[in-house]
Amino acid sequence: MDVSESLSGRGILPDEPLGPANTLWRDALRRLLRHQLAMFGAIVLLIVVVMGIFGPAITPYDPNGMDFSNRFGNPSIQHWMGTDDFGRDIFSRIIIGARVSLQVGFVAVSVATIIGTGLGLVAGYSNRLTDEVIMRAMDVLYAIPAILLAIAIVAVLGKGIGNTMIAIGIVYIPIFARIARAAVLGIRNEEFIIAAQAMGAGDIRILLTHVLPNVLSPIIVEITLSLAFAILAEAALSFFGLGTQPPDPSWGRMLSEGRDFFRQSGWMGVFPGLAIFFTVMGFNFLGDGLRDALDPKLRR
Amino acid sequence: MNYQYVLQRLLSAIVVVLGVTILVFIIVQVVPGDPARVMLGPYASDEAVLGLRERLGLDRPILEQYFSWLGRAVRGDLGQSLLNGQEVAAQLWGRIGPSFELAMVSLAIGLAIAFPIGLISALKPGSAIDVVATLFSQIGVSVPTFWMGILLVIVVSLNLGLLPPSGYTPIAEDPGDWLAHIILPAFTAGFVSASIQTRFIRSAMLDVLNANYVQTARAKGLTERAVVVNHALRNALINIVTIIGLQITALFSGIVVVEVVFSWPGLGRLALNAVEERDYPLLQGAVLVVAVMVTIVNLFIDLLYFLLDPRIEYV
Repeated sequence: MDVSESLSGRGILPDEPLGPANTLWRDALRRLLRHQLAMFGAIVLLIVVVMGIFGPAITPYDPNGMDFSNRFGNPSIQHWMGTDDFGRDIFSRIIIGARVSLQVGFVAVSVATIIGTGLGLVAGYSNRLTDEVIMRAMDVLYAIPAILLAIAIVAVLGKGIGNTMIAIGIVYIPIFARIARAAVLGIRNEEFIIAAQAMGAGDIRILLTHVLPNVLSPIIVEITLSLAFAILAEAALSFFGLGTQPPDPSWGRMLSEGRDFFRQSGWMGVFPGLAIFFTVMGFNFLGDGLRDALDPKLRR
Repeated sequence: MNYQYVLQRLLSAIVVVLGVTILVFIIVQVVPGDPARVMLGPYASDEAVLGLRERLGLDRPILEQYFSWLGRAVRGDLGQSLLNGQEVAAQLWGRIGPSFELAMVSLAIGLAIAFPIGLISALKPGSAIDVVATLFSQIGVSVPTFWMGILLVIVVSLNLGLLPPSGYTPIAEDPGDWLAHIILPAFTAGFVSASIQTRFIRSAMLDVLNANYVQTARAKGLTERAVVVNHALRNALINIVTIIGLQITALFSGIVVVEVVFSWPGLGRLALNAVEERDYPLLQGAVLVVAVMVTIVNLFIDLLYFLLDPRIEYV
């Protein structure tokens, strides 16, 4: 009988070996999979992602194909969500619109995450002056309401989907900076950071290999929740005519185009809104689930 | 009273406003190409472009331009609108009232919805009403503001004919008509902020309900009503005021969208018109005024928070 068998037999070591099953991330995944609302959100998002990836292959009609004999059609077997003022199939346009929403969401949030987290890490880890300068600049960005700031940035850069992504990304930089800074301040005097400094590791190496992995949880949660806000913001900007330009369908622009025709067909105002609502809800549910899974102490 | 806190908070608000002026000033500077050409459009004559460059001072060194612009802005001179030549400040002045009214009524509607729901769900955690409240807060936050506005217009105005779909009447002119016009836009903006506030109010109440002094109050034999009203609620109010402060910027963001949907003559709609017309002085003015409004409201709420809780110290 070897030593470990002897210890486990006496209840000192557990019978099952302590393996990777007990890591932080595995535990979090287990909690996430048991979170019903998060799983509901994940399924909704899976459908949206499939629509985004396979869009052109699965639309029943050409999303820009007009049929003037069939304008303002109610939902039917042929046209599940009816037709718009040009007789275009609303369902096909909603499928294609998913790609725009996801693209804008992912690019905008990537911009915000990379720049915001980077600034937050530097602010939290460096001296008081650098911290003050960075965080006061973030306060300035934060003082302007998100949509108004995005409108102003698009006004400068010009209309269009690319500039919309950049504008929404800039708007959310302060949120990531604040979260990353707060997380760094919480751990910057921990022993493992001081040990790394004592071993002569440079600041950038410490930030990337020791600090960043330890502040990832709140950032992952914020990424998911920001995707929801980014999709809402894109829809609003496209609704204002600043985002996606004709004839490409975007959910926000479909609502804006349909505004003058709601008396003839209320459906034109219902389905694009539902598409935005369910996608945003999916990200919100998943984000809340991730927060509960990654930090059970915060659970309410 | 710790006046150092008030002073420091005031100072940081001034720094933020100064930062906003730099950002707003940069709007014109970073327009790709010649800003004067962009503003006047591709068919403008070279003389007109040159004239505008001189009028806006774009041919001078950038620091000189900024301080000259700031000096005039402090005196209330934000330049002239490129579209109609009117004073920007005068145009903005007429829009502040409607935007502020909409923001305050939205906030009141939001709190009127969120406060009772958040309170009851915290008092009965795990109950049916708590589950409904939690779902409401999670679903409400996902509703696009402009879509909700559109749906309300379709149902309440177009189908039922109960309230006007858009427009504005000054309150001094006809209070009844003002109320009829403000209900739908304010409910739209208020509903979305209510969904967020519900969650925070529930959380703030749960925190104090589990605190030791509340347990002590119960142990003394006080009625549940006395415990909740005199001990828990008063202390939770401090956190709730902070939450309202955090919500102000988001609320104004919603107001911008709602103003466009309901043709409300506020600053948000003015800013969007300015973008469509490439009227940069007007856009600069609108962004500056909204940011200053948000900063002042936030400052006011921070000071209120300080008055409510004397333990707060500035760190």
